[in-house]
Amino acid sequence: MQFVTEVGAASERSVAYVGGLAQLFGRSLRLLFFSPLKRTRLLQRAVHQAMAVGVGALPIMSLITFFVGVIIALQGAYQLQRLGAMQLVASLVSISITRELGPLITAIVVIGRSGSAFAAEIGTMRVTEELDALETMALDPVAFLVVPKFLAMAVMLPCLAVWSDFMGVLGGCLFGVVSGNFTFGSYVIATRDAMVPHDVAAGIVKALVFGLVITAVGCQEGFSTGAGAEDVGRSTTSAVVVSILLVILIDLVFTVLFYLARGTA
Amino acid sequence: MAAPSTPAPVVSARDLRVQYGDREVLHGLNFEIVHGETVVVLGGSGSGKSTLLRTLVGLEKPSSGAVHIKGVDITRASAREMDAIRKKIGLAFQGGALIGSLPVGENIALPLLEHTTLKPTTIEVMVRIKLEQVGLSGFENYSPAQLSGGMRKRAAFARALAMDPEILFFDEPSAGLDPITAAGIDDLILDLKKAYSMTMVVVTHELASAFLIADRIILLDRGSIVAMGPAQEVRDSRHPRVRQFLDRVADTTEDDDVDNLRLFTDGIR
Repeated sequence: MQFVTEVGAASERSVAYVGGLAQLFGRSLRLLFFSPLKRTRLLQRAVHQAMAVGVGALPIMSLITFFVGVIIALQGAYQLQRLGAMQLVASLVSISITRELGPLITAIVVIGRSGSAFAAEIGTMRVTEELDALETMALDPVAFLVVPKFLAMAVMLPCLAVWSDFMGVLGGCLFGVVSGNFTFGSYVIATRDAMVPHDVAAGIVKALVFGLVITAVGCQEGFSTGAGAEDVGRSTTSAVVVSILLVILIDLVFTVLFYLARGTA
Repeated sequence: MAAPSTPAPVVSARDLRVQYGDREVLHGLNFEIVHGETVVVLGGSGSGKSTLLRTLVGLEKPSSGAVHIKGVDITRASAREMDAIRKKIGLAFQGGALIGSLPVGENIALPLLEHTTLKPTTIEVMVRIKLEQVGLSGFENYSPAQLSGGMRKRAAFARALAMDPEILFFDEPSAGLDPITAAGIDDLILDLKKAYSMTMVVVTHELASAFLIADRIILLDRGSIVAMGPAQEVRDSRHPRVRQFLDRVADTTEDDDVDNLRLFTDGIR
């Protein structure tokens, strides 16, 4: 009985948490269109955020997805070699990267770099009364801080995901060319044949949703920060943990939906 | 501006009660502050003076009662009305609360950039004037983290002054400062009072500074007003709690226990 009540309470908390995220998103959306603040200044802040979130992530993102491309090619080659189907390495890499790993790894890297930073920034501002200061200056903290972050993430995550796709394929290509089964040209052609526009598009949509979720979680954790430095640390940790969990969950839902849609088609 | 014989209050609180959870921190406060007046809210730690300030500027919602600022009840105001009121008030926070990611100059320019249509060059000049006023000229490009505590407070004053507010609120302006810097801050408040005939509400526990700058003093004790009146009147008060506070007499432990008990039973009554 005790157990049941605990599970009930935990589910209630989870639902309330997700409700809070949706509320923050809805409020930001409204403030985006009916902004009490100046639009040009809002855009400036969004661009500033986009530079930090997107452009700043490019080097590390390129490195990671490139290596992941190589790893997938290597792992695939193990199995494909036994079947004498090494020519399928290119399609294996392109499909697994564009459909799954590109957007997912993008999301994980952005959670580590930006989701945590959002929580820490807003959390610190809560502790130092900067949020109160914004409010007394008639600058709504959500309009001032959160809306630009949503904008930046909604634009930059899909871009980063496409870039990840590209770098991952490049990594696979390195293996393909070095192992001698492909020339650069033949690898590109094999990739092109395997790649379906629909896969890339699905990846982009996923990345967009991931971006919104990461922003909402990071900002919500920041706002709910308590009163001290320790609480900022706690908010940052839970922003990362909750974001990863939600991103994987959403990925699962998306994959199931795509699978079912394919079954009926 | 000549004050009429019975001036309408600029800030007023009526039966103001604030609760944190089950515990009531302010027990029905009533007061009025008129135009051009400097009112000091005095009180020890935990007397509720910071809560009172936060409630007066709308950062805290009272559990009952009303706060009127320039005739608008801010406990019932819409978001738009509240924004309009907020553009007419300035609040200098205890720790400054400057936006850490912006240099000092941009901190002061922020409300002007967001709320006015002034040209950037005009705003630049205004920022320079405000900084000069608080004795920080030339510090535009410093980040708040590079300033000392006293400088940060003064920068916060400059930001509070940026929109030329009608009412200024100060939270503990001289707390945690050395005597010389604290005296400098008192002088600054007196200057502002003389130069702009601004309405000012200062929350502090520094006695010397309070009697220096106040027209009127409100002494808060455990969430209730124990004395209110012109500075001289409060200074001469015979009320035991007032005397204790002004004469800096420590609570006896016995008293503490009784007061502690009262703290818990107040909510029940």
